[in-house]
Amino acid sequence: MQLTATTYRPFLTRFQSLIALFVLCLGISLLSDKFLTVANFWNVLRQISVNVCISTGMTLVVLTAGIDLSVGSVLALSGAITAGLLRNGIPVPSANLFIGFTVLGAMLAGILTGSVLGWFNGWAITRFKLPPFVATLAMLTIARGLTMLWTEGFPITGLGDSFTFLGTGWFLGVPVPVWLSGMLVAIAVLVTNKTRLGRYIYAIGGSESAARLSGVNIDKIKIVVYTLAGGLAGVGGLLVTSRLDSAQPNAGTSYELDSIAAVVIGGTSLSGGRGSILGTVQGAIIIGVLNNGLVLLNVSPFWQQVVKGFVILLAVIIDKRTEKE
Amino acid sequence: MLVAEHITKRFAGVTALDGVCLEFLAGNVTAVIGENGAGKSTLMKILSGVYPDYEGQIRLHGKPVRFNSIRDAQACGIAIIHQELNLIPYLSIMENIFLGREITTRWGTLDQKAMQSKTRELLDKLNLPIDPDTLVAELKVGQQQVVEVAKALLVESEIIIMDEPTSAITESEVAVLFTIINNLRRENKAIVYISHKLDELFTIADRYVVLRDGKTIESGSMQGIDHDALIRKMVGRDINTARRKTTDRVHDALLTVENLCLKHPVRLQENQLRNISFRVGRGEIVGLFGLMGAGRTELLETLFGLHSKRSSGTVSLDGQLVRVKAPADAIRLGMALVPEDRKKDGLVLGMDVQTNISLTALEKVERAGLLSQSKEVALAKQYIADLQIKTPSGKQAAKNLSGGNQQKIVLSKWLATHPKLLMLDEPTRGIDVNAKNEIYKLILQLADEGMGILVVSSELPEIMAISDRVLVMSEGVLTAEMAIQDASEDAILKAAIPKSMSE
Repeated sequence: MQLTATTYRPFLTRFQSLIALFVLCLGISLLSDKFLTVANFWNVLRQISVNVCISTGMTLVVLTAGIDLSVGSVLALSGAITAGLLRNGIPVPSANLFIGFTVLGAMLAGILTGSVLGWFNGWAITRFKLPPFVATLAMLTIARGLTMLWTEGFPITGLGDSFTFLGTGWFLGVPVPVWLSGMLVAIAVLVTNKTRLGRYIYAIGGSESAARLSGVNIDKIKIVVYTLAGGLAGVGGLLVTSRLDSAQPNAGTSYELDSIAAVVIGGTSLSGGRGSILGTVQGAIIIGVLNNGLVLLNVSPFWQQVVKGFVILLAVIIDKRTEKE
Repeated sequence: MLVAEHITKRFAGVTALDGVCLEFLAGNVTAVIGENGAGKSTLMKILSGVYPDYEGQIRLHGKPVRFNSIRDAQACGIAIIHQELNLIPYLSIMENIFLGREITTRWGTLDQKAMQSKTRELLDKLNLPIDPDTLVAELKVGQQQVVEVAKALLVESEIIIMDEPTSAITESEVAVLFTIINNLRRENKAIVYISHKLDELFTIADRYVVLRDGKTIESGSMQGIDHDALIRKMVGRDINTARRKTTDRVHDALLTVENLCLKHPVRLQENQLRNISFRVGRGEIVGLFGLMGAGRTELLETLFGLHSKRSSGTVSLDGQLVRVKAPADAIRLGMALVPEDRKKDGLVLGMDVQTNISLTALEKVERAGLLSQSKEVALAKQYIADLQIKTPSGKQAAKNLSGGNQQKIVLSKWLATHPKLLMLDEPTRGIDVNAKNEIYKLILQLADEGMGILVVSSELPEIMAISDRVLVMSEGVLTAEMAIQDASEDAILKAAIPKSMSE
């Protein structure tokens, strides 16, 4: 069969990020013999699992034509809350009480913290009709400040083996964080493709007024979406904290940018209504492989940032062109 | 001065202009009249360079011209003042007038002094003695219009097109505008004046051109024609449309609205709707006519729960008093709204046909809490067949279909909710004659099946063709109600023209 422009064009468009990923892997493996090893494979996947968690939530937000700049700070606070509760519990001196936390309890508290902050974002955006950019920018500062207050500016360390298992352990030959982020992705794929909530998210991003007239409760859906984004950032916080066995007050700084980059490279439109969770996962993998490859090739971290920036530009330019066709 | 010959413009499947010929003379005010959808705005967009691709020829001072951009048209001396003014509110009068053509000093900085004095000169000429540094946001709408005129004069425009210039201004401002137009006429400019308000035209226009269905029907001197004859030319046509058979059937009440009021979103003392009471029967088609800004769309939106915080009054459906706080309530109660702007409000354009159709009825295509692809396809297939939507498949993006087919998708998504009351806002705007007819047939059929239907339209023939009863609104108030047997286009139009304008 002869390949003409019309026959291979749709194929290219559909799989453009996978093709880019393949080319990237091929290139790096030719330049470094450490890249194509089993150890490095799991290493990359483990590293990106935090970004995958955050970016899954970010994708939902961006699909509604919103944005969440606060995920990095929310991640830090969630991790710090979990670590603090594990380490110190809550002493109540007046009643001469001490409330201790199990690992599971502390983890749920951390995720809950993220969800509450996310809910607050959604509430502020819908109640006061704030642009998501502004509301979540405010939350970026608020959550970072709360993290500093909670940790008093020092890392909280020594969290115990059962907690660090979450970030460093293996299960059936696969790192635990990869299991966790993989399961969250699977749920998110199901929600976006197979539920009313998912459909409404796409509809709101496609045309908010049409969705409203179709009986969609816009405010409710948006609040749910921002709450999920906060909760998923919270999960990311647990992974980071557990991996380092330490909650750093400045953890997650600028993670929102990597997350937005993953979403955009994955083909989700920043104006909403178009994109997918799996696209974002590909975006996160591309960024992860790129980071890993540049490290293996001994490229200076400063150059890594420059390269990453150009990759984002390239991805968006290609996306714009395919959108027109 | 400007002659247009056989201008034809087609949009994907729709012929908006069909061999239009007309002439604008220097020192004359030419009124371009026609109903909504007659092609006035398309024509103006061609003349002002917005649409560069059309068939036919335009000659200016005898020379053939073709405008490829708004700048081209401006350079040839054609200025257009749109109904929605194109001013930037937080810039001053001077900055707006000189936007894109600033005077600079030889250092490359802005020459404020020169621009200020030129602005003052223009404003004086137009009798608007206001400081050039005043922000446009602080001006009244009438004054903003004068600023637009000043913008046109700055580039020494020969032809000034005004689109519905009096739709948003008060009587005294109209008087000011007319003085300005008279002065421009004396300076030998050609003025093109588009308006629905026929009475105004007799005051200000010298000549008229009537457009209907994208064709020039007639042109001539205003002196030789009267009000009624002009209306006849605008609306009188042989349409072979589906038509409601008038019967004396009695309809059980379905919707009863009493004393519905809607506060203005900003000026809370003002009401956009005042004490509106009416009813729609089961199986009855009620036509609601009104000019732009009469409050027709607001009425439908209020009934549909979009303005529940600002509205008061009682609504009953099937004899039950209902409170509709949001569209979801309205849908649950059996109401449906086909909105005026189908591209923005009716459809999610980027989504495919089947996703748009199922959007209002997702609970019907679920299986065990998850959306079922096969049920969704089946639902869409049913309506694509029933309404004869022309689409390669249910997977086609809505934005790729023609206006008529898009409207059928909107109708499908509402029919999928099995409503008792179907409200339609300008259901056939921008749709070609055939699709129009199919939609009329569908509406008639739905009414025969017992659905109550409320149709808002600013096209009189449409109202006359399909209604059992006609309501007329003007300035937020119901001004007339008549059975179709007693209704005439004249009577409807008279009731629709705002009192403040006709006196």
